[in-house]
Order: sequence, then C-alpha cells, then structure tokens
Amino acid sequence: MTLLGRLDWSAIPFDQPIIMGTVAGMVLVIGSVLLWVTLKGYVPYLWREWITSVDHKRIGVMYLLLALVMLLRGFADAIMMRTQQAMAAGGAQGYLPPEHFDQIFSAHGTIMIFFVAMPLVIGLMNFVVPLQLGVRDVAFPTINSVSFWLTASGVLLTNVSLAIGEFAKTGWVAYPPLSELQFSPGVGVDYYLWSLQISGIGTLLTGVNFVTTILKMRAPGMAYMRMPVFCWTALASNLLIVAAFPVLTATFAMLLLDRYLGFHFFTLDGQGNAMMYVNLFWVWGHPEVYILVLPAFGVYSEVSATFSGKPLFGYRSMVGATMAICVLSYTVWLHHFFTMGASAGINAFFGVASMIIAVPTGVKIFNWLFTMYGGRVRFAVPVLWTIGFMVSFVFGGLTGVLLALPPVDWQVHNSLFLVAHFHHVIIPGVVFAAMAGYNYWFPKAFGFKLEESWGVASFWCWFIGFHLAFMPLYVVGLMGMTRRLQHYDVLAWRPWLLVAEAGAVIILAGVVCQIIQLVVSIRHRGQLRDATGDPWNGRTLEWATASPPPAWNFAVLPRVGDIDAFWAKKQRDRTQQAQPPQERKFEPIELPKNSAIGFIIAFFAVVGGFALIWHIWWMAGVGAIGIFLTVLAFAFRNEEEIRISAQQIARFEQAHPVEIAV
Amino acid sequence: MNIALAIDDDVGLEAPLSASEAGPATKRVVVGFGFWIFLLSDIVMFAALFAAYAVLANATAGGPTGAQLFRQTSVAIETGCLLVSSYTCGLMSLAIGSRRYAATYFAALVTFVLGAAFVVLEVREFAGMIAIGAGPQRSAFLSAFFTLVGCHGLHVTAGLIWLAVMMAQVAIKGFPGTVERRLLCFTLFWHALDIVWVWLFTVVYLMGVIA
Repeated sequence: MTLLGRLDWSAIPFDQPIIMGTVAGMVLVIGSVLLWVTLKGYVPYLWREWITSVDHKRIGVMYLLLALVMLLRGFADAIMMRTQQAMAAGGAQGYLPPEHFDQIFSAHGTIMIFFVAMPLVIGLMNFVVPLQLGVRDVAFPTINSVSFWLTASGVLLTNVSLAIGEFAKTGWVAYPPLSELQFSPGVGVDYYLWSLQISGIGTLLTGVNFVTTILKMRAPGMAYMRMPVFCWTALASNLLIVAAFPVLTATFAMLLLDRYLGFHFFTLDGQGNAMMYVNLFWVWGHPEVYILVLPAFGVYSEVSATFSGKPLFGYRSMVGATMAICVLSYTVWLHHFFTMGASAGINAFFGVASMIIAVPTGVKIFNWLFTMYGGRVRFAVPVLWTIGFMVSFVFGGLTGVLLALPPVDWQVHNSLFLVAHFHHVIIPGVVFAAMAGYNYWFPKAFGFKLEESWGVASFWCWFIGFHLAFMPLYVVGLMGMTRRLQHYDVLAWRPWLLVAEAGAVIILAGVVCQIIQLVVSIRHRGQLRDATGDPWNGRTLEWATASPPPAWNFAVLPRVGDIDAFWAKKQRDRTQQAQPPQERKFEPIELPKNSAIGFIIAFFAVVGGFALIWHIWWMAGVGAIGIFLTVLAFAFRNEEEIRISAQQIARFEQAHPVEIAV
Repeated sequence: MNIALAIDDDVGLEAPLSASEAGPATKRVVVGFGFWIFLLSDIVMFAALFAAYAVLANATAGGPTGAQLFRQTSVAIETGCLLVSSYTCGLMSLAIGSRRYAATYFAALVTFVLGAAFVVLEVREFAGMIAIGAGPQRSAFLSAFFTLVGCHGLHVTAGLIWLAVMMAQVAIKGFPGTVERRLLCFTLFWHALDIVWVWLFTVVYLMGVIA
C-alpha cells in the first residue's frame, strides 16, 4: 500500500490539450480572484460576514452565486457537446475523443441537476421563505450553513475531477453494471458518487430545516391558508427532499459497497440485480423533478400576482394542486424505464399516473392565466420570464404526456426526443423561474434593481436560443437519433444539429447579456437604488422591511390577518387617515452567532471525499475524525447567540425609514 | 416608518389565536419537531435498504440461506438488550426531567451497557458468518443482509458515542436548555432505532427462518 493510494502523476491528463487548457483557465481565474481578495484585504470581511454567516439571506445569496458559476461550467459542457455533434457527422470524429465526450455529458447532467438547479431553488427558498413567513431566520441557522458548505464541497470535488483523474463516463444516472468496478475501474464513478453523497447530506439537512421552519415558525396570525404560495411550494419541495434524498443516499451507498468492498447489489455475478438500482434511482429521481419545479411554480405565482396587481387567482386550488403533485410524484417513477420489461399492467398503471400529474399542473397554468386576465400587467423582466415559461412549458409538458404512453415510449426511449422533452420542461420550468426570481428579489437582497434593458435582451436570447436548440432535437429523436452519440453516420441529422448548435450560441449570448446586466447594474446602482423596500408594489411580507433587510429581518414580528398581508396593510393605510408616527418600543433580539463549523466540516468532507476516491485510507480517517472533532467542539461551545440591543435596532429603523409605496 | 411593526395592528387580535396562527413555536418544539423530521428521513433510508433486502432475499447465488445462518438465541438476546435499553432510556428522560444527576448517570450507564452488548453480539454474529465463508461478498442476499443489519448496528454505535458525549455535557454543563434538548433528541433517536429493529427482527430473522 502506498501513501497516496491510487494517486500519482498519471492522474493529471497532461496529454489532453482541451482539459489542460480549461484547468489552466480555471486555476488562473480562481487564483486571481483569491489574490485580488487577499490584496484588497477583503478576507476578514468575507470570513466574518459571509463564510461564517448563518444568516439565511447571506446563505441564500451564496447558494445562488454558486449555482450561477456552475451554470457557466455546465453550459460550457453543453456548448462543447453541441459543437461535437455539429461536427462529427459521416466519417468525421469531431474534436472530442469518446472518453472525453462521455465525461462531458455525464458532468453536464450531474452539474446541471445537482449543482445548478438545486442550489438555484434552495438559494431562492433560503432568501425568501423566512422573509415571507415574517420571521427572523430558519429553524436551524447553523445547520443551514453546514448544508451550504457541504453542497460547495460536492461542487469542488466534481470540479477537481477535471484536473485530477476523470469524471464518470456513465451518464448522469450512473446505471450499473456499467458503473460497477468491472466496467468502470477508474475514479470517475467514485468522484460522482462521493460528490453527490456529500452534497446530498447537505440537501437533506436543508429539507429538514425548511419543513420545520415552515411548519413551526410563522409570524403570528399566519395560518396555513395565509402562507404565500411560494412558501407552500417550498414546503412541498422540502417534504419531497426529506422523503426522496435518503433513497438516493441508500442507493449510492449500495453502489459504493459494490465498488469498494465487493458487495453484489447490482453486479452481474453473485445474483445482483442491476434493475433494482434503476428503480431506486428513479424513486428519488422523479420526486427530484418536482423538488425543482414546485418552487419554480411558486416564483411564477408570486410574479404573476405582483405584476398583475391582483391577488393570485384560485389560491386554494393552487395549494391543492401543489400538494397533489407532491403526493403523485411518488407514483410515477417507473415511466423512466418502461422498456425494463415490466408487465403491461404495471406499465399501464405508471403511464396513467404520469398523465394524471398533468391535471394539477394544468390547474396551475390556468390559475396564472386568470391572475393576469383583467390585471394591469407590467411587463418587467420577471414577467417576461413567466410568460415565456407558460408558452414553452405547456408544449414541453405535452410531449411528456406523449412519453407517458408506454407504446410511444418504447419507440423513443433514450432518443433525443426524450432529451428534448426534459430540457423543454426543466429549462423553462426551473431556469426561467430562477431568472424571474433573481430579477424579482435582487432589489430586496441588495437594495437596487437590476438594469432592465439588458435583462430583456437576455430573456429574448434565452427564449429564442432555447427553442432553436431543442426543437430540432425532437425531430432528430423521431428520426431515430439516440442520446449521447459521440459521432454518427446519418447525414440527414446534421442540418438539425447545426440549428441546435446555433441555438446554443444564442443562449450563450443570453448568458453574456446577464453578466453584462449584473455589471451594469452594479456600476449604476446609484440610479437603480430602491429606498422604499417595495420596488414592485409587492403583496407579501418580504417587501415590508428595508432592502437589504437587517440581520434580524423584522424589528417587530409582523402580525398577519390576510393572505397578502402586506398588500392588505397598504390598502388599509390608503383608505384610512394618515396617523401620526407613533413612538415605538423595540425589544432586544437574540440572533444565532456566526459559526465556522459549516466551513470546517466542508473542508474535512473534501479531504475525506478526495481520500476515499483515491483510496488514501489514512487521509479518509483524517477527514472523518476531523468532522467528528469539529462537531464535538461545536457542541461544547458556550455562547450560541448574540444580543442585538433595542438601541441598535432603533438606530437602524431611523436610518432606513421604509415608506408605504402605494 | 417600518410597517413591519404595524402590519395588521388594527386588525382585532383579541380573539385567541388558533394553533396555526400562534407565531413561532418554542425552541423545544422546534428542535424536537425538526429531529422527528430527520428521523423520518432516516427511516426512509432504512425503507430503501429494506426494499433492497426484500428484492434480494432469495438471491443466494448458491450460497447459504438465512434459515441456515441465523441463530435465534443470539438474536433473541440482542432484541432483549435493545428493548430493555429503550426502557432504561425512558427512565433517563424521567431523571433528566427532575434534574437528578445520579439517576441520569445510572440510567444512561445501563442504557449504554445494553446497547454495547447488542453491538458486541451483532459483531460476533457477523464475524461468525464471515468465518464460515458467508460474508457480504458471497451473494446478493448476504450483501443486502450485512448492509441492512449493519446500517442499524452503525446507528446504535453512533448512538452510544452520542450518549457518552451527552453524559460528558451533563457533567460539565449541567442541564441548560441546549443539553436538555439534545438529550430529548437522543431519546427520540434511541426509540426510533428500536422501531427499526422490530421491523428488522420480523422481516430478516423471523421471515428468514420461516422461509
């Protein structure tokens, strides 16, 4: 046994110019950012205010930042794949060798689902949910920080795989027997498994945290049926996390035991059962779809109500539809593999169950339409994303209903038709919602709005680019092109793939517009500043406090008597006589103390994970013992909270007077 | 002015609030509830392992079956240890409630010894099976068996470490709110492990012997 396990210099792919160039670029960017931060003396500030922060707003912003950075990585993978398929027709082999192409499609899927879509959704929930509930933080603020940093650990390990070793070549689902040691002896699958195990624990803790927050910590008077719809969808999403992620953890644990200790869960010998992995994976995987898309529906609900100046149409039916989807999402997993060969009865059951989900989803679409109908719709950037979503998502959903028919599915299983379908629901469903939410809540987070025209340009680039990139995939899918092809012989596919490539380039323009939008907004933040705390004439409680909100969110917890509590208050104030400002008494507030535990645990998790991937057993022990001792030290600390004095709160309230913007 | 202060202060709030409108719950409720949710997730994880075991229970690949391997006496003693330890864990809760240090330590010690006895018996059972060539690498059935039962055993071991740490905390810090809430979570955890064991005993050992 060597000191470094399987790790030696051959792990770094020096002979691959594309990989080495990317690695050099990444090292350069990260290095120069770190150098800049250090030289400018920002390190203590970052450590104090962000890295060790347990404030849900800060953690939410960090989740979103992480997701946007990883979106660039996942998108780079996408462009590379599209370019490869645009080139490698007929006898051509393109520019990516098969073993590299395989890693790219695996990394693209893994990153986009786990490290883009998840942190986007969790970041928005982190920032928004406690504010909407009218409370000061989540139920377990320190655990929230641990969750974030564990997610970041998974991200880091996945990216390290680019430089040291390789990533999985199995696709993002890592089906055995391909992902077993026999057929994937390298470290790629191990990178995949350990990254996702570590970040999965973080996600599970997030689920526990938010279910508790939403069910046990709401402002006085906020009965369940007065919660904003985004909170309802967050509740549904986190219930799904709590019930689905443990299955993924167990499944990956079984595959790890197969790979590390020679167990026979999914192997070809020893009477293992590979289809069991596929079943278990999708018992997690289908609820995961709704973990992502339900909060997205929540964003659309908030945006369509706010920008139409009307209460959400059919609040109760919206809540009912959300919870119905939450339950039904557990009854459809088998539609991911109708071709398994289950009996016709089983396939029929899962096919029908899948189609039933279209009903509550349809209810939602009509609710949004009727919310806008008769309203004074302001076409701000979040509304563009919302309308773009409704138009695209209906069609994406319909191709899903088509795929839910087992006989159709048998024809197009694993074809690009499927790839087109799930991008067609996940990009308009989740990514558009994240962009709407980003534009909608940005002024709350930073106190100034995002610049409008670059936001509009970005929307149109994304919207047009998305359709150009994915509509052709339906066509080539029906023409028989399967997914994950490094090269192909059918020249008739090529024109469609060239169109798809053009679409991807237009999406790239959209991404560039978003970066420009952010830069321009920061530079012109003086003009874009919002002093009211309520730039959109909002309806829910997050707009009832200053922008950005103080660490304690609300000096006094709001009292809620309506669904749109803030809107109702504004209406009452408009009809009543203006009352002289009263002398207000503030009580001291106790806030949880900053804590480095999340960062330290994440550090040891990365050390331990990396060690396990490379079979460096002593180092894995260091990681495990490090985590244990960190938790132990944390358990024995004495002060857990800091006290904000009443004077401090009064000073803040005087410095940030929030007017009622009616 | 900050309207957060004034939202609905003009709505009559004299009427008693229903439970769902009462505002944020106390720390004890929040922590206990949160830990319940965590336990539910843990049970879902066990459910996945149970499902895998059920699928693979007959996949012995020509190797030994459960009926040939399981020793009822040992399993019965293990079950007894765990169930009695749950009772002593309950006694510990009572002692904590009335702040009796000696009784707390004693109940915790008995709980710890019973839990440790359980782990030792299980390790002996595993070692015996591996010694006769019936280790987890032998067949898919044995992989699933070792994983399911071993996962429960790991939980019990983690519980023992947790209990030891908690007693150190009681000795150093006494019974402040944090320690009391952690002890509450520990007792929930310990009882949940009992529930999982009852299922394990039924599905793995009883049904295994009948089959």
